[in-house]
Amino acid sequence: MQKLTTSRRDFLKLTSLTGGGLMLGFSWFNADAESPVIIEKIPFADNKSFNNYLSIASDGTITILSPNPELGQNIMTSFPMIVAEELDADWTKVKVLQAPLDTKAFDRQLTGGSGAVPHSWKKLRMAGATARSMLMQAAASQWNLPVEECSTNNSMVTHSKSGKQASYGDLTTLAATLPVPKDVKLKDRKDFKIVGQAVKNVANKDIVTGKPIFGLDFYREGMLHAMIQRPSSFGTKIKSVDSAAAKAMPGIVDVVVFKNNVAVVGKSTWEVSKARKLLKIEYEKDGDIESTSDHNNIFTKLMDSSTTSIKRANGDVAAAFSSASKIVKAEYQCPFLSHAPLEPMNFFAHVRPDGIELVGPTQTPASARSAVAKLLSVPEDKITLEITRLGGGFGRRLKWDYVLEAAELSSLIKAPVKVTWTREDDITGGSYRPAVRYRFEAALDSKGNMVGYKCRGVGINAGSSTREDNFPSGAVDNLMIESFDHKSAITTGAWRAPITNFLGFAEQAFLDEVAEAAGKDPIQFRLDLLAKARTNPAGPVKYNIDRMETVIKMAAEKSGWGKKPGVFQGFSVYFSHQSYVAQVCEVIMQAGKPVVKKIYAVSDCGQVINLSGARQQVMGGIVDGLGHAMYSKLTFKNGATEQTNFNSYRLIRMKEIPEIETYFVDNGIDPTGLGEPALPPTGGAVANAIFKATGKRLRSQPFIDQEVFTAKA
Amino acid sequence: MPVYKLQINGKGYQADVAADTPLLWVLRDTLGLVGTKFGCGIAQCGACIVHLNGSAVKSCVLPVASVKTAAITTIEGLSTMGDHPLQNAWNEVDVPQCGYCQAGQIMTAAALLNKKPHPSEAEIDNAMHGNICRCGAYHRIREAVKLASTKI
Repeated sequence: MQKLTTSRRDFLKLTSLTGGGLMLGFSWFNADAESPVIIEKIPFADNKSFNNYLSIASDGTITILSPNPELGQNIMTSFPMIVAEELDADWTKVKVLQAPLDTKAFDRQLTGGSGAVPHSWKKLRMAGATARSMLMQAAASQWNLPVEECSTNNSMVTHSKSGKQASYGDLTTLAATLPVPKDVKLKDRKDFKIVGQAVKNVANKDIVTGKPIFGLDFYREGMLHAMIQRPSSFGTKIKSVDSAAAKAMPGIVDVVVFKNNVAVVGKSTWEVSKARKLLKIEYEKDGDIESTSDHNNIFTKLMDSSTTSIKRANGDVAAAFSSASKIVKAEYQCPFLSHAPLEPMNFFAHVRPDGIELVGPTQTPASARSAVAKLLSVPEDKITLEITRLGGGFGRRLKWDYVLEAAELSSLIKAPVKVTWTREDDITGGSYRPAVRYRFEAALDSKGNMVGYKCRGVGINAGSSTREDNFPSGAVDNLMIESFDHKSAITTGAWRAPITNFLGFAEQAFLDEVAEAAGKDPIQFRLDLLAKARTNPAGPVKYNIDRMETVIKMAAEKSGWGKKPGVFQGFSVYFSHQSYVAQVCEVIMQAGKPVVKKIYAVSDCGQVINLSGARQQVMGGIVDGLGHAMYSKLTFKNGATEQTNFNSYRLIRMKEIPEIETYFVDNGIDPTGLGEPALPPTGGAVANAIFKATGKRLRSQPFIDQEVFTAKA
Repeated sequence: MPVYKLQINGKGYQADVAADTPLLWVLRDTLGLVGTKFGCGIAQCGACIVHLNGSAVKSCVLPVASVKTAAITTIEGLSTMGDHPLQNAWNEVDVPQCGYCQAGQIMTAAALLNKKPHPSEAEIDNAMHGNICRCGAYHRIREAVKLASTKI
């Protein structure tokens, strides 16, 4: 492969496409590198290696590869919008393709942490601006006019003095012969035409016509189907397997036992699912077999433990509490949750002597491939991974257990196979949002100022269940945040807005309790704390006070806070994934029960890329946060979940959604995350509004199990 | 195994499968019509909804043997050009997030509009309540059904 040196910006130019055209390969690694770097030139004579670039064909079609897995965060639309903005492209001529896994071409080819847009914002802009600059240069050369007098719009270069015009398609072949500019100017945001607009999801047509775009839609001639029986109780392992009856069923090719798995392999999904029911498997104890009642005892024990596990400490907490005028203390608890993306886990694997082919839905293709390489001792460059669209992820597909299973099974049966999980496999199969309990204590002085604050989190396989630098840390002189974890056989994982998906509720509901005890309006109480963090911070302040203050004030204004007789309002604000979201929930009483009618959300995620997608993320995050706070739980009996499918594991449905109004702060700051930040504040806003309506504090989820909902009217 | 003759999207198909095979898996595994989705397998989420003689049915619990001569419509056959008023409305309102449930949502809505071209909001909610959207796109689903009902 030819090597070439390029500018410090590390944008690589290209040569002609077959049939002419500019192909711009841009490195995803060194967009901000200060020194020249050498990168490999892409061999684009071979179109099959079509890779990490945007291309402009002579018919004007602009093709942009989308490297990150798409699971509904709408990255396949927002990434190209950023490129097209700086390119001044005609959006109707932009085509978007999902890139395969290519760790040489792309960095951070994963979906998680609401990080894709913040991470790639500048690189994508540079890519578009570089191509635009080359196209303008091509036009100027062709017309023999100064490039400074040329301008671009809608995939056209114009020289207004002479009235000359040329399309990008006409210029692309010439542009491809020009050197890559060293410095390109990015647009001023006031000139944005695409970024910030509501642009429709580029996959809409495929989705509404039922095209085979999801992992489960992958079929290949000769492919076998498999389902795997995994232990239904955590803390057990296989003792014996009798697969005779299953093997005798029609369409069954084999039954394979590996690790703690019994895989039934056959010719169709239905045949393997039927045969699997005939497996006779005995399990034996292999660890702690826990029930929800055990977890409650563990919470109590660790909550009262005299040992400490300090994540952050400021001032003298003991002194603040001993001299307090008033002490507020409360415990909050959340249950385990399943991610339950609507497309169940699945993956296709074909382990051949010369390499491995993997196809399916994953948030972490690179890690999945590395894990397969390690498991089967095959070099990574012999493994291809095709990223399909994901039918939801919510963090579940950050794990690659289901990829490994498929690869191991294919290796054992020496055949291409798709492993499909049923919904029951998904809900009973682990990787849950962990169950957590928090104890909060606040000390108020005689003026109602919060002078002491303690939070102790106890989780079941939660890792650290606290976010010690989040508000109100920095605003309270005497503060202690502790985190304890109990190791369990029940597997857990990141669930949309990990930890904060529940901690946000607990903190914001507790602050409401403190404000009430202090006799202050809950919004003013928070503003006072922020003012204190600004003028006289206690330790480091790791959130932006101005940004938080802005969303709080805007939410108060938009919702008409405190000005609606007969409507009970609750407030919440949360900082996560570098973004700020304030929410006001409105509850009314109907037949003696609280009903959530409306939620206002004000988000500061910096520059909004796609207004339609951004609203989707906020509304979806709120529905997700509300739904799980209200209705969802996983409980355990003897190591197994008591819920197995959507008839017992309740998800929010259409009749249960409130009206939602979304607002964004228009501050022009570089974009921060939005896939998750709207979720954490919702539970708190809802609980605080329900308190206003009923006088009852909701300290445990799901709310639907609490007295305000279960009591007879 | 018996061979089942099926009328799907106006075309004849044959499937050589066990009598208890749910229509969902006949569509997906046997006939390659994968627009109809598997979500729960117990008629709780609506991802698998197809039309049987114009009515919405959950194909994940419908044994192929019970279909007989009924006309089946799947998302692939809702319109020839992908331009049924609901499909257009789904794009206009920009409904999909992950998109996995949307075929089932659209088929449920299409069956509603077959029977009731101009439903009230409560009728829309009642009809759509059986379909889960894990991404929470319910607001836009409702709005798109309303929009489509003005175009029929």
